[in-house]
Amino acid sequence: MAKNDNDVLVLGGKSFTNRLLTGTGKFSSRSLISPMLEASGSQMITVALRRVDMGSKDENILTFIPDTVTLLPNTSGARTAKEAIRIARIARESGCGNFIKIEVITDMQYLLPDNQETLKATEVLAKEGFVVLPYMMPDITFARQLHDAGAAAVMPLGSPIGTNLGLEMKSMIKRIIEISSLPVVVDAGIGRPSQAAQAMEMGADAVLVNTAIATSADPVRAGKAFGMAVAAGRMAYLADMADEQDFAEASSPLTGFLRS
Amino acid sequence: MSFMDQVIAWEEFDFKDFFEKVTTRDVQRSLHRDILAFRDLLHLLSPCAQDFLEPMAQKARLLTRQYFGRTIGLYAPLYISDYCVNQCTYCGFNAHTRFARTKLTLDQIDQEAEAIAKTGIRHILVLTGEAPARTPMSYLTDAVRILKKYFSSIGLEIFPMDEADYRILVAAGADSLTVYQEVYDRKIYKQVHPGGKKADYAYRLLTPERGAQAGFRAVNIGALFGLGNPMAEAFMAGLHARYLEQTYPDVEVSLSLPRMTKAEGATAFCHSFPDISFVQCMLAWRLFMPRLGITISTRESAAFRDRLVHLGATRYSAGSRTDVGGYARNLEDSTVQFAVTDARSVDQITRMIRKSGFQPVFKDWESVI
Amino acid sequence: MKIRLNGRTIECRSSRLTGLVREMGLAPSSVVAEVNLEVVTQEKWESTWIKDGDEIELLSFVGGG
Repeated sequence: MAKNDNDVLVLGGKSFTNRLLTGTGKFSSRSLISPMLEASGSQMITVALRRVDMGSKDENILTFIPDTVTLLPNTSGARTAKEAIRIARIARESGCGNFIKIEVITDMQYLLPDNQETLKATEVLAKEGFVVLPYMMPDITFARQLHDAGAAAVMPLGSPIGTNLGLEMKSMIKRIIEISSLPVVVDAGIGRPSQAAQAMEMGADAVLVNTAIATSADPVRAGKAFGMAVAAGRMAYLADMADEQDFAEASSPLTGFLRS
Repeated sequence: MSFMDQVIAWEEFDFKDFFEKVTTRDVQRSLHRDILAFRDLLHLLSPCAQDFLEPMAQKARLLTRQYFGRTIGLYAPLYISDYCVNQCTYCGFNAHTRFARTKLTLDQIDQEAEAIAKTGIRHILVLTGEAPARTPMSYLTDAVRILKKYFSSIGLEIFPMDEADYRILVAAGADSLTVYQEVYDRKIYKQVHPGGKKADYAYRLLTPERGAQAGFRAVNIGALFGLGNPMAEAFMAGLHARYLEQTYPDVEVSLSLPRMTKAEGATAFCHSFPDISFVQCMLAWRLFMPRLGITISTRESAAFRDRLVHLGATRYSAGSRTDVGGYARNLEDSTVQFAVTDARSVDQITRMIRKSGFQPVFKDWESVI
Repeated sequence: MKIRLNGRTIECRSSRLTGLVREMGLAPSSVVAEVNLEVVTQEKWESTWIKDGDEIELLSFVGGG
């Protein structure tokens, strides 16, 4: 029952010693990605696939990511399961490995995930051998369905994408961690290292942070801060810290009769 | 992974040694946790936790109110047959005990049902011994159909069956299943169940799961306290309940704490399970599983049951007769499975529950179709 | 010939995929090509002939979270 000293997160047969997942979106300069990865220790990073801008001479973003880091292509832009499946297949065919973050968004106002379409895409892609990490609304029943559909992990959102609101969905995520036999990666809305640490203390298996790092004045420092926060939160979880005590001890009105 | 794998995995575990080493700090930490792990349940079942019964009780009361409100569900048991081929060494119905066995006719079941329904009870628990030849499927489905006229919920506490048979009973109108493992310790299980179908530990252990798969909306499990080391048994029962809750999230899971009583004692039981342990076990379960149903039968005394209302119990039997035909006929020489110690009427128990600040609930469920 | 490129109908002068990528002014290393829903890896671009009515997608990996 002792917690494992050799603490690794295993996903799709790969072992990760670092539990901060990062993203490549919104950086002011793509040359910051590599030093950010190094400073944060992050071993997995998301990329997206888009139609090219004709005439663009931009270099491939993949050249900014060291080979040692696992690519997690996402299906952003997909509005249906079908589109997500197509993007996933293209990503794999073009040599990005078999990890895929499913992100199907039909709500363009708040950018919240469409659980129904996400489930359909998960079923298909898991059967095709993808390591499927679906981005989801925190919903316990849905987490079970994703498990049955063959997902490799579940990625509930902490709060809407880019809001930096932190763990607004805390109590739901807590329940998902309680019931889920799959790793739980808290994705979206994590705006500060303290929020990332809180997610890890709660027992999340990993945290994905993009906007907060990329849009800070110093993404390399911010990456480092998140890396440390995630490690600290994880360590606190493993150390099995006592919970906050929320009621005082009373005299014995309920059990006194047992002693008389 | 079935629950059998978990039972086997925990056989390596030295409960006695673990319980002895639990410290005050361990108990305090587990007590204040929001979500409790297996280890926390062990801490709360340890001797050390007996010094924390009051804070455990306070938290258990809060949690129970939070999830169940101030309510106590009521039900009555209905024994329809005491024929039994099993040789459970601790049971008054055991095949070697000589007494005049009875099985109610369908008309008699109707009379019993009518007598019980008059008291206001709407949830019924049907019990039989294990004698499939005497109480075949056709008899059981007929019984369920008759009871359907009087009751909104029909529970079964009958011999373990295959999933297909359970499906037939669910289709007939039964909606909940009670089956006690009796004892989770496999060695003791073997000793006290020397023969018959009941000697098959795994078949019995997986019965609640077959029930859940067959479509029962509620499953009630438990250990017969007195047969094995009580706190190890309480732990395994808690583990079993959590396994069912997590594997079958659409099923309501409840636990019972039947204590061995003298009426049954064909053989002496080896472990005492005093009130204080009973309460500790109930509280530990409540903290471990806030949404767990906890059923208290009339094996417990009136005075004790009055206290348990505040300690996490959610369901009481009331006005119980544990002999076949006891409600309508009041046979003088009938044989009881266990002695009822809380002999109060449904009315009296209802009044007690109200006086304690709770609402007695006669009907909290009915199938819509 | 006319093809559909990234959802738009265009007049294509190149006969092979390599030429099309060049014609569009793109750095080949950053482009992922899909022809009629089939991914065509870069080593096959030279041998991939473009036909009238082909549906071609030229994609690239970009930043995303």
